[in-house]
Amino acid sequence: MGNITLKNVSKSFGSTVIIPNIDLNIEDGEFVVFVGPSGCGKSTLLRLIAGLEDTSGGTISIDGRDVTREAPAKRKLAMVFQSYALYPHMTVAKNIAFPLKMAGEDQATIDKKVKDAARVLNLTNYLERRPGQLSGGQRQRVAIGRAIVRQPSAFLFDEPLSNLDAALRGTMRLEISELHHQLKTTMIYVTHDQVEAMTMADKIVVLNAGNIEQVGSPMELYKTPKNLFVAGFIGSPKMNLIEGAPADKYGAKTIGIRPEHLNISTTAGDWKATVGVAEHLGSDTFLHVQTDGIGTINVRADGEVAVKHGDTVYLTPDKTKLHRFGADGKALAQ
Amino acid sequence: MARAVTTQHKTIATAAAWIVALLIFFPILYTIITSFKSEQEAIQGFNLIPSGTFESYSEVQAQSGYFKFFFNSVLLSVGSTILALLVAVPAAWSMAFSPTKRTKDILMWMLSTKMMPAVAVLFPIYLIFRDTGLLDSRIGLMVMLMLINLPIVVWMLYTYFREIPGEILEAARMDGASLWNEIIYVLTPMAVPGIASTMLLNIILAWNEAFWTIRLTTTNAAPLTAFISSFSSPQGLFWAKLSAASTLAIAPILIMGWFSQKQLVRGLTFGAVK
Repeated sequence: MGNITLKNVSKSFGSTVIIPNIDLNIEDGEFVVFVGPSGCGKSTLLRLIAGLEDTSGGTISIDGRDVTREAPAKRKLAMVFQSYALYPHMTVAKNIAFPLKMAGEDQATIDKKVKDAARVLNLTNYLERRPGQLSGGQRQRVAIGRAIVRQPSAFLFDEPLSNLDAALRGTMRLEISELHHQLKTTMIYVTHDQVEAMTMADKIVVLNAGNIEQVGSPMELYKTPKNLFVAGFIGSPKMNLIEGAPADKYGAKTIGIRPEHLNISTTAGDWKATVGVAEHLGSDTFLHVQTDGIGTINVRADGEVAVKHGDTVYLTPDKTKLHRFGADGKALAQ
Repeated sequence: MARAVTTQHKTIATAAAWIVALLIFFPILYTIITSFKSEQEAIQGFNLIPSGTFESYSEVQAQSGYFKFFFNSVLLSVGSTILALLVAVPAAWSMAFSPTKRTKDILMWMLSTKMMPAVAVLFPIYLIFRDTGLLDSRIGLMVMLMLINLPIVVWMLYTYFREIPGEILEAARMDGASLWNEIIYVLTPMAVPGIASTMLLNIILAWNEAFWTIRLTTTNAAPLTAFISSFSSPQGLFWAKLSAASTLAIAPILIMGWFSQKQLVRGLTFGAVK
């Protein structure tokens, strides 16, 4: 079981308020991603759940049990850190065995569980090596191995892939998702990378300045962002946010249209524009176009689109996919 | 662009290093040479070739009983080091891992006490020692040596502990380690090189300390520093005997320093380059 509930949780360091007041419920077995820009309080929130920081107010419950004042070890949670935080003086086997040793398990059980974890994570040939002799990806696997042997009620990941190169990050992303499907244990994953959030999460929690801006499935956030912050944060490339006359036409302070929801034509359309940089990725082409009276707009076009720098094009937003926001930044009914 | 280092440059640098090393070591070397001379040879002026007599050594041993002083030196330096570590390890740990706004100020204040001339507190400390019956006692001197070296020990350990990433300790906490297990299985093994070099340095400092060891002892607790000074006595200066006594006093620490130089250099430059 791994149901985690936060009620009126707040955190301040001295007079600096990091998290003003948060309510959140995480269901058993969910893969929840905390996402937001640097300094939004996502790592602090994770550390509060882990027990590595004390709350300034509110309660944290795990499976109905109030753990707000409990030590990290007693919360039955496992954590994977950004820096891996492996014990450099221990071998891989001893690193993975450490939580079991602390739990007082007998040697035979420890050996078996370490071997099983090593097999799942492809570490069998590295058990006698020290962390210093491993690559970044292998170290991350050891950190995950150390977490899974405890069979915790939930896993906490604090930006675990940010030290890896792009290719390895993609592979590890898949491995962690696969692990979640196998174990079916609650996972809370902190990242500032919205691609990780979109691809891995069952539920995304978007944080900004210590507040939850929106909670929902990746597609909910993509399709119906509640406010300008979420609209601008979720999606890659970013949603185009347009103010002024074009927005007035739709009865909004700001309108938002995703780059993939703009139709591009060389003959006719709503907004006349001049093509700037065109990034050809093969499958897609990202165009940065200068639009009269609006400014720069990003367009995601078909990979075969035949336009080049300086060409005149016409853009037409897909009205059904257009987002409208009021003066307070909140979404208006579509 | 990297500067080209020619063989000629290397030779000059090596020669310069040897000359500097020899200059620094020369007083010790000359003391050792003089210790193998007779008193007559010793006062005859500069001479690098001794007659090779052991006469001064046997006289020194017969006159003063080297081993009693040696035993006191070992006891005081090792004892004060253990005491210092017992106090400094928890102090440095708490400052490194749970710093407050005032931690830096406390460290600076501790270091500032080393800037005070020892003689400024000689009178009150002498009186305290006299009134508490600690004059010429090993325990009293051990505590005194511990106190005077404590700022350096805390500073060194603090620097070491700061190098240990906090996330590793947090990982241990998440893995179910109690504070005690965290110290035994994670912190101590990672800090052993630092603790060892701090110990070595403190032993050397305590061994060489001469101001308090000479002034607060007479016979019972007197270490090798007092042994040396006893040869610059009312009878006049006996260079050969004084040199023999000095050689006997510095030999143990010199040998220890030689064997542990790698550890010491690492300890003294730790944290300088990340």
